[in-house]
Amino acid sequence: MTIIQILIVATAALFWGLVMRERGRKYFLLIASVLVIFWLQPALPLRGFDFWIPIATLIITVFSWYITAKEETRREKKNWIVIAILAGTVLLLNLTRYLPFDSILTPSRPPQPLTLMLVLAFSGIIYLLVTRLTRFNATLLAISIIGLIAIFLAIKIPALAYWVSYGIRSLTHQSLAEAKAIDLRWLGFSYVAFRIIHTLRDRQMGRLPAVDLSEYVTYVIFFPAFTAGPIDRIERFIKDLRKPSTLGNDELLIAGQRFMVGLFKKFVVADALALIALNDTNALQVRTAGWMWILLYAYAFQIYFDFSGYTDIALGISKFLGIQLPENFSAPYQKPNLTQFWNNWHMTLTQWFRAYFFNPVTRWLRSWNKPMPMVVMIALTQIATMLLIGFWHGVTWNFALWGLWHGIGLFVHNRWNDMTKVRAGEWANTPLRKSLINVSGIVITFNFVALGWIFFALSSTSASMQVFLKLFGMR
Amino acid sequence: MKTLNIILKGFLLFIIINLLFALLQPGIGHLSAYNTIFPGRERLPFGENSAKAYNLSLFDLDAMFASHEISGDPKQADEFRVILIGDSSVWGTLLKPEETLAGQLNSANISVCGKNVRVYNLGYPTISLTKDVLLLSRGMEYQPDLVIWMTTLEAFPQEKQVASPLVANNEESLLRLASRSGLRVDPNDPAFSRDSFWGSTIIGKQRSLADVFRLQIYGVMWDATGIDQIYPTDYQKAQTDFDTDQKFHEFEPPAMDENLLAFNALETGMSIAGDTPVVIVNEPMLISAGKNSDIRYNFFYPRWAYDQYRAMMIEQSQKNNWVYVDLWDAVPANEFTNSAIHLTPTGEAQLAEKLAPVITAACK
Repeated sequence: MTIIQILIVATAALFWGLVMRERGRKYFLLIASVLVIFWLQPALPLRGFDFWIPIATLIITVFSWYITAKEETRREKKNWIVIAILAGTVLLLNLTRYLPFDSILTPSRPPQPLTLMLVLAFSGIIYLLVTRLTRFNATLLAISIIGLIAIFLAIKIPALAYWVSYGIRSLTHQSLAEAKAIDLRWLGFSYVAFRIIHTLRDRQMGRLPAVDLSEYVTYVIFFPAFTAGPIDRIERFIKDLRKPSTLGNDELLIAGQRFMVGLFKKFVVADALALIALNDTNALQVRTAGWMWILLYAYAFQIYFDFSGYTDIALGISKFLGIQLPENFSAPYQKPNLTQFWNNWHMTLTQWFRAYFFNPVTRWLRSWNKPMPMVVMIALTQIATMLLIGFWHGVTWNFALWGLWHGIGLFVHNRWNDMTKVRAGEWANTPLRKSLINVSGIVITFNFVALGWIFFALSSTSASMQVFLKLFGMR
Repeated sequence: MKTLNIILKGFLLFIIINLLFALLQPGIGHLSAYNTIFPGRERLPFGENSAKAYNLSLFDLDAMFASHEISGDPKQADEFRVILIGDSSVWGTLLKPEETLAGQLNSANISVCGKNVRVYNLGYPTISLTKDVLLLSRGMEYQPDLVIWMTTLEAFPQEKQVASPLVANNEESLLRLASRSGLRVDPNDPAFSRDSFWGSTIIGKQRSLADVFRLQIYGVMWDATGIDQIYPTDYQKAQTDFDTDQKFHEFEPPAMDENLLAFNALETGMSIAGDTPVVIVNEPMLISAGKNSDIRYNFFYPRWAYDQYRAMMIEQSQKNNWVYVDLWDAVPANEFTNSAIHLTPTGEAQLAEKLAPVITAACK
């Protein structure tokens, strides 16, 4: 998001929080979120796709609500009003194609209204058929999760994304030679998918609260957190949504401060660090190991200030609207070991993976008749979890290596901790020794994480290896 | 109430700081990380793609000179200091710092009067004598023993004088210079970019302040990589085929009006240099042998105009007692890169060979 986009969104949120307060807040959040997903979607070379992708996000969200909602919630008439609002908003956006100036809310001119109506009508028919012909069952939930993962893979695996783009281009008679993997930049899909999977899984487990369509859609595409999280839990989110918004002086001050800190972190600190942070180009140009370390540290801090800045902005804006989103970062670079680092870095993502992958897999492995040795189980689950977190960022060799780096790191820390806990506890019997252990832990952890960022910052494995060699004076 | 107080106090403080900034105009550009944390740059900052060149174009002369190595090197007793001024051919488009004319002259280890010659590159990529004068006036603060002023006809037309963004954005400095040196400048030239009072506040100057800040940050990359411009592996060679166009700016054959050429800027430069010797060099240019090259020497010049200019330069030099060296054809056509005045490293070496005796001759 650009600073202008952020300021516009924040102004709208502040206006609603201060002036309108409770009046129509629910619908404001719904409509604003819908508008924002169209507004922020980057322009795509595939004709009309920057309009169809937000439409797809909405359709997937509505279907997911249907699949997860309880029978009695589904039957409520207010949900039809929400469907009408969603369809109406989309149609109005579509009609902006007839305005005499370039569209403001969509990245390019929206497609023909007739095409949109056909798509909406088709989705409506499918929706009606599904609602009439199916009942809630576990298979439907599983199919939905698989479907979301399939879309995720289709847009995140470069080779697959290329072929999808190629296929779309051949269907829509667009230049095949121009097909590229980045043709399918689906803004916010990673976060949307994770929120939806959370609701699908919780529904499977029977712990999803009853939410109406408006609440569900707002939760999935909530505009302050749409592009960069955090990934809230629906039961927590709707609690705030249902609570009257009371933006008093204290809340305003806290929210405003958070927002300003976020802007400073992102647009001053992170953007300045970005000028010198490690990247594919400068990795090959740096002359000495010392400078390579500085560029690597610059990257480590840039990614932290960038991401945590966006989180602060999201938390500030949502607080203007009476929603307290969960924290995503808590001084991660000051943690004395890798486990604590991951408990404080992109916390909502880590919690998501813990809840929906690590814990279930560990339980399943333990339930075997002849369970594998504990050490192997720990290694397997930690490495698999971190590999998946790596793939969440993109399905490439470098993200896999990044995940592997952290998975192995977590396992080694786990073993080290087990082996040395007692002895370290005995040795650290003075405040000085405790501080020494703590500080050395912080230094080692930070450098381990920073070295891992090499895979994250660069796009090729060979370049990453060159940087490693350079850092240690071997090149 | 507490929130309102905080907001009001913050807003008031913001206004006061802005007003003070506009009134006091602190020279932020003097504060530099170069020559302290990072080594000074070997040429003035200029760059159109800062993310790749680790360099950027800015117009704050203080910041530009503070980032240059000349600001960091106190003149040694055994140093014979030479400053080179001129356009992009001196600055060194497509050339690494050591390949530029200054770099080649430095590596030649020339001695003059028992002193070691140290050449500083104060060239800047726009062609205008007035821009050269502006930079010369700053360069004189560094006590040069010799000034080499590389120039070409393209720097002379009156319309080109203020067109350089560096000149257009330094109206105040230029007008001050003009009032004390006799440089002919039209203060109402629309090319000047003027700051209103509000434009002098922090908000108004946010772009130039950000540029100064970014220049400091790029010091890291300059030190880490030694790169200060993009070196493409492939570029379009200078044009050698031309139309039958005989025009040079507003001039048409058979004669150029001398009054419309900025000889006044040359005179001003010489007076600014004072007792410091100045060598004016007519810089080498591409003499093409393509279509219609009997009409045009190159992209810039029809033959008639350039021949007249050379004659004028000789005449003016004799009249004013200037030391003038005409090296217009000193470099063969194959040693030019993407422009009729940009040389290859070999071309620069050939030019340096020709200039070395000129520097040596400066010992009197």
